[in-house]
Amino acid sequence: MSILDKFPIRDQKDTRSGFGEALLELGKSNPKVVGLTADLTGSLQMGAFAKAFPDRFFQVGIAEANMMGMAAGLTIGGYIPFTGTFANFSTGRVYDQIRQSIAYSGKNVKICASHAGLTLGEDGATHQILEDIGMMRMLPGMTVVVPADFEQTKQATLAIAQHEGPVYLRFGRPKWPVFIPESVPFELGKIQRLVEGSDITLAACGHMVWKSLEAAEVLRERGIAAEVLNIHTIKPLDEEGLLRSLEKTGAVVSVEEHNRYGGLGETIAQTLAIRKPCPQEFVAVQDTFGESGKPADLLKKYGLDVPQIVAAAETAVRRKA
Amino acid sequence: MESYTQTDLQRLVTQIRRDIVRMVHACSSGHPGGSLGCTEFLATLYFKHMTTKAPVFEMNGIGEDLFFLSNGHISPVWYSVLARKGYFEESELATFRQINSRLQGHPATAEHLPGIRIASGSLGQGLSAAIGAAQAKKLNQDPQLVFCLMGDGELQEGQVWEAAMYAAAKKINNLVAVVDWNGQQIDGSTQEVCDPGDLEAKWKAFGWEVLVLENGNSVPDVDQTLSTAKNLTGKEKPVVILMKTEMGHGVDFMMGSHAWHGKAPNDEQLASALEQNPETLGDY
Repeated sequence: MSILDKFPIRDQKDTRSGFGEALLELGKSNPKVVGLTADLTGSLQMGAFAKAFPDRFFQVGIAEANMMGMAAGLTIGGYIPFTGTFANFSTGRVYDQIRQSIAYSGKNVKICASHAGLTLGEDGATHQILEDIGMMRMLPGMTVVVPADFEQTKQATLAIAQHEGPVYLRFGRPKWPVFIPESVPFELGKIQRLVEGSDITLAACGHMVWKSLEAAEVLRERGIAAEVLNIHTIKPLDEEGLLRSLEKTGAVVSVEEHNRYGGLGETIAQTLAIRKPCPQEFVAVQDTFGESGKPADLLKKYGLDVPQIVAAAETAVRRKA
Repeated sequence: MESYTQTDLQRLVTQIRRDIVRMVHACSSGHPGGSLGCTEFLATLYFKHMTTKAPVFEMNGIGEDLFFLSNGHISPVWYSVLARKGYFEESELATFRQINSRLQGHPATAEHLPGIRIASGSLGQGLSAAIGAAQAKKLNQDPQLVFCLMGDGELQEGQVWEAAMYAAAKKINNLVAVVDWNGQQIDGSTQEVCDPGDLEAKWKAFGWEVLVLENGNSVPDVDQTLSTAKNLTGKEKPVVILMKTEMGHGVDFMMGSHAWHGKAPNDEQLASALEQNPETLGDY
């Protein structure tokens, strides 16, 4: 039986729509939830919330710095602001505002960021941020969440509203398989083990979780039993969940739609260096900017596709010897 | 609150000036110039105009007027006012900028100093936070006001104008912004560094109700202008006070120069500054 048989694709949906649906639900269930956008209501799928709760929706215009400061101010009156813009403008453009007014000030702001990574596609490198996880992970007190599919983005959006403190929630633009079984529970800060295996751990986040499942099937056909972990919460890292897997497999491939510096791979490497040194390979963008193109073509060109994950896994397995 | 007379306020102002110079002298660092220039304003605002629950501090500030210090480097004057208002012991002013202190070089919330609701110091961010807090007050149907002080050099930060445009467009009418218009910044006069031009015309063009306070170092003038500003709230426009002050006011060798923006006095200079501002309410 193929590994993929256990993960039937229920639909093809963009993760940002999961955010939009959950925000609308939150609007109904929690009167303290407010939304802010910097002229990207539609792109962030915040239109339904804006329509249902016009008093609690703030269209800030193309002024992301002001949006982050306003979000911080809104928390003071007891509100839970969800800011929505592209990942690039949610992080790099406003790093100092997040650092001082939100993270250092301990404000309960949810920074919700769409169009992250290469899969933004045709807009090109100006908009394809590949450094955001690193920037957000470095901020003390910041929780960093990168859900894997539409349903999980919904679950994550609902979950971060319950969490007291600043959160960076990263999701994407393209339609992507909805594949995580409803029977697999989502818990903020806990790794999801999607496939059990004993030879190699594939530790992925975001869109790359699906790619890792596809790679695990190729590896299975080649006689390598891969364990697939969905590390949707990058910070704080579920170290015990990671180590439980590595105790069995003894090697890991980190897989992420992000630069090789600062992201999931480094997060894992730091934990392993201290607690269980073992071979690790990094499937990530190799310290370059992206370019315009179709998402699938970009993932291939920049080494984020199934063949590269398989090759990295085989290398890591060889290095165990 | 209303029982504070002009004489009471003037005595308070003199004592706060002593606190400021003693604080920066004790740690040999900090920003006395802007602090001294804004003393009349902060004393009058907190002791005559703002409704607060002091000495009780609640982060959400519901039912209170809120103050945001965007130009966080003038923390000495704010800390002195907060202590004199009863938010914390005056003796804690002696810990300013020392290790393990709640009185950080620039205001912060991490150490939970009562009276402070957001960190500031990296310039240009306070007005946005104040707008957010003002929006929250509207959602909470809380009729109290939000005040925000900025430096004039700080107006060189682009975020200020993002916030200014937003506040006018969305009719944030429960907000009073104040610009400390002392014409000085670290590298020299604001005119030399990057001329801000016609500030009154700029704020008007951005859709604000503009009040020009010619002497921000006069308690009666500050008092009157704050009353006028409060009367202008609740209408169509946000209100800004362009408050002309003198950097270093009240200490003759610091007055009117950018040289004392971020420099502490030595022992002799401290003695001279204290002599010019005799003790009124008791040193910390």
